[in-house]
Amino acid sequence: MTPSQLLPAREQIAFTLAFHIVLVPFGVAFTFLMMIANYRGLKHGDADALLLARRWSKVAAVLFAVGAVSGTVLSFELGLLWPGLMGTFGAAYGIPFGVEGIFFFLEAIFVAVYIYGWDRMPPWRHFWTGLPVVLAGAGGTASVVAANGWMNLPGGITMQAGKVVAVRPLAVFFNRAFWYETLHMLLAAYVVAGFVVAGVYAAGMLKGRRDRYHRIGFLIPFTVAAAVIPVQILVGDVVAREAFHQEPAKFAAIEILPKTASHVPETLGGVLIGGKVRFGVRIPSAASLLAGYDPNTRINGLDAIPPGVRPKPELVDTVHLAFDTMVATAFALLGLAGWFAVGWWRRRDLPASRWFLRGAAAAGAVSVVSLETGWIVTEVGRQPWTIVGLLLTRDAVTRSGNVWYFFGATVVLYAAVGTATVLTLREMRRRWRSGSDEGVTVPYGPVEPVDVAS
Amino acid sequence: MARAASAILFAAVTLYAIFGGADFGAGFWDLTAGGATTGRRPRQLIDASMGPVWEANHVWLIFCLVVLWTAFPSAFASITRTLYVPLGLAALGIVLRGSGFAFRHVAVSTSEQRAEGAAFAASSVITPFFMGTVAGALASGRVPTNGVGANGITSWVNPTSLLGGVLAVAACAHLAAVFLAADARSRRAPDLESYFRRRALAAAVFAGAVAVAGIFVLRADASRLFHRLLGPGLPLVALSAGAGLAGLALLGRVAPGWLRVIAVIAVGSTVLGWGVAQYPYLLGTHLRVSEAAAPASTLWSIGLVALAAALICGPSLAFLYRLQQRGQLEVN
Ligand code: HDD
Ligand code: HEM
Ligand code: HEM
Repeated sequence: MTPSQLLPAREQIAFTLAFHIVLVPFGVAFTFLMMIANYRGLKHGDADALLLARRWSKVAAVLFAVGAVSGTVLSFELGLLWPGLMGTFGAAYGIPFGVEGIFFFLEAIFVAVYIYGWDRMPPWRHFWTGLPVVLAGAGGTASVVAANGWMNLPGGITMQAGKVVAVRPLAVFFNRAFWYETLHMLLAAYVVAGFVVAGVYAAGMLKGRRDRYHRIGFLIPFTVAAAVIPVQILVGDVVAREAFHQEPAKFAAIEILPKTASHVPETLGGVLIGGKVRFGVRIPSAASLLAGYDPNTRINGLDAIPPGVRPKPELVDTVHLAFDTMVATAFALLGLAGWFAVGWWRRRDLPASRWFLRGAAAAGAVSVVSLETGWIVTEVGRQPWTIVGLLLTRDAVTRSGNVWYFFGATVVLYAAVGTATVLTLREMRRRWRSGSDEGVTVPYGPVEPVDVAS
Repeated sequence: MARAASAILFAAVTLYAIFGGADFGAGFWDLTAGGATTGRRPRQLIDASMGPVWEANHVWLIFCLVVLWTAFPSAFASITRTLYVPLGLAALGIVLRGSGFAFRHVAVSTSEQRAEGAAFAASSVITPFFMGTVAGALASGRVPTNGVGANGITSWVNPTSLLGGVLAVAACAHLAAVFLAADARSRRAPDLESYFRRRALAAAVFAGAVAVAGIFVLRADASRLFHRLLGPGLPLVALSAGAGLAGLALLGRVAPGWLRVIAVIAVGSTVLGWGVAQYPYLLGTHLRVSEAAAPASTLWSIGLVALAAALICGPSLAFLYRLQQRGQLEVN
């Protein structure tokens, strides 16, 4: 029987993770863009770049605060929603989160140092205080994703009578999914931060703000994202092949493959109806070719999964369509990056077409879609397991209370926080546009001096 | 090793109670600072002294959670299965507080600032209250193993939990007032210094009264804890009471820097005293620290993480605090 709290608990964790993950690229990669601008500003005496770095650090501060609180909620939720996961496997699953704690601590400290340090430290020393933020962002990502990778491909533990009796911490952390998931997520953070930030300046340029400040504000993040996207697609290809070898059930869902076969076509779109794939476009033998470089490659279908743990058709459809969306958006972004590269190669300038800027303005949202759908592939594709082979999601879920109330309150609160975040950033932009940098104080930063006289 | 891990856990809880507590308390004074004009300068001071450190102060909470769920997984699951109401509310309170604080800095119009400031201030009171009720539930042994037969309401709506909640809010308020008085002095704002000294005194008197009442509450409602506090916990209880009285006596006299030390001792020894009284049990008298502990290699990993945190984050944190102090001097 399905536990009554399973549905709300899944909705709750999915919603809050999907919210948190949008903020993550800004803590991880936006800080790197900010350092590039800072470096340019100092090295070449570029006042525009320096101003960008300063303003970006303030934007990062606001987003970092929201990221931190939404991450804290996730930590509570692991226990509140999934006590079966934490109670039985915390001894292993918790280790990567312990490592993550160190990185978050460092990140929180140095974000504050960097923002506080403008004008208070010698410029180059101040610049270097940004480096721990970038490194801690990468380290934090690696640690959380290590925990996620362990859920997909658990290892490094010995079980006896349903209890974890021995743990090999290094094998838990560096599990078989660790390297490729971490790399794919880290690159995703750079893609998303780059396209989102560039998009803001592209929108400004479309409205006629074509000064040097906007140009540099566009070029720095766009160049980074455009350089990373082809690499990300190559890594994605590796990730998919690893899924084929190590996670056959997930791969069957990704390829929406009811029956084990060779010469498997790549199906674009399509859904399962009555055990058959309908409405998809097929590219003959492509899936077999991609997975094993050979059309004879056999791919396990859904029929190879024991019936008791076979995912329901709706879940398979979700995974498959999410995967298609990730890949489609990836290639759309690659196209935009290619357009830019050609323009730059020919004329040392942005492509002249307004359509390029329109595309660039939309690219941020498109890259967020890649990020979210990628996570849907990973998480929904793992179902019905929370830890593959060891723990079913329905055994992990809480039996206490009524999660719907918690979920309802969370949605209301997050909607308010999300709206306030957007309004706050717009307010900052409005003030910058009217030429005042002074009045904009942010968390972590100095506030106006307290008047000594009352 | 299980003992070492439980010591790390309690050290983290104590640090969170002190640093996180001072932060929450600042929100309490923000809430009670009055209208926009009268409250402007105290609020400015609160913003200035919390701005750079508020989040670092809260990473201690993450540490507590992580150490608890990794080193004592079954205890963690029992707690979340039982105390899901106050924990869920505390989690949402943290969101409201952090984001309210962040947005308030940027908001222009007074009405926006008021809404965001109110969110920040109210959640600063609610959150430690719920955390205190959780502590009370643990201290009075109301969390059954695996949450079997747990009561989602009476586990945290009971005399010891309410005592814990009120005491937490009072302790936060006192800590914060003392910290802010010290900060006002280093910013050479004597009127704000005496403003927060007065409030520190009020909070200390209140906290002391609650603590005295607490003696009777614990005797009636949590007798094991009561007896253990008077047994092995006695030195810490005495230290805490002594520091509390010293704080009261010296509040008008010594420099706020010293008051800060005294307040930290008072609060820290209370939390540690609870830990000592609780030992060797993690939950009630049914789950021992040694039974709840994860396999040895996990405990070693947590030990290493704690060591690394001390070595890497400790100096970084000191650097941040120093920078904040220096920055203030320049501003003045
Ligand atoms: C900007 C974001 C982005 C882009 C452009 C891509 N991906 Fe991705 N993908 C993600 C962002 C992402 C992610 C960060 O959301 C995931 C979720 C978990 C992970 O490690 O990365 C992911 C997961 C993920 C998985 C599931 C991994 C698992 O569960 O083990 C596969 C098979 C792929 N990706 C494959 C691809 C391919 C073939 C791509 C291009 C053609 C691609 N991804 C582009
Ligand atoms: C791919 C997944 C994730 C990545 C890459 C990631 C990364 C980050 C980063 C970079 C931050 C810093 C703040 C920011 O920039 O927004 C952060 C904050 C945080 N995250 Fe996540 N996160 C992920 C998922 C999770 C999950 C699943 C949890 C918990 C279960 C979690 C818990 C936290 C916590 C507690 C914080 C706050 C730390 C602080 O106080 O500074 N995160 N996360
Ligand atoms: C490192 C990061 C992450 C960790 C440790 C993590 C952990 C978890 C856990 C414990 C569950 C509940 C058990 C289960 O259903 O298997 C879950 C489910 C889920 N997560 Fe993640 N998650 C991570 C990142 C993400 C991100 C970034 C998203 C963004 C969309 C996401 C989306 C989901 C969804 C949709 C579910 C529900 C799956 C279902 O039940 O159908 N996760 N995750």
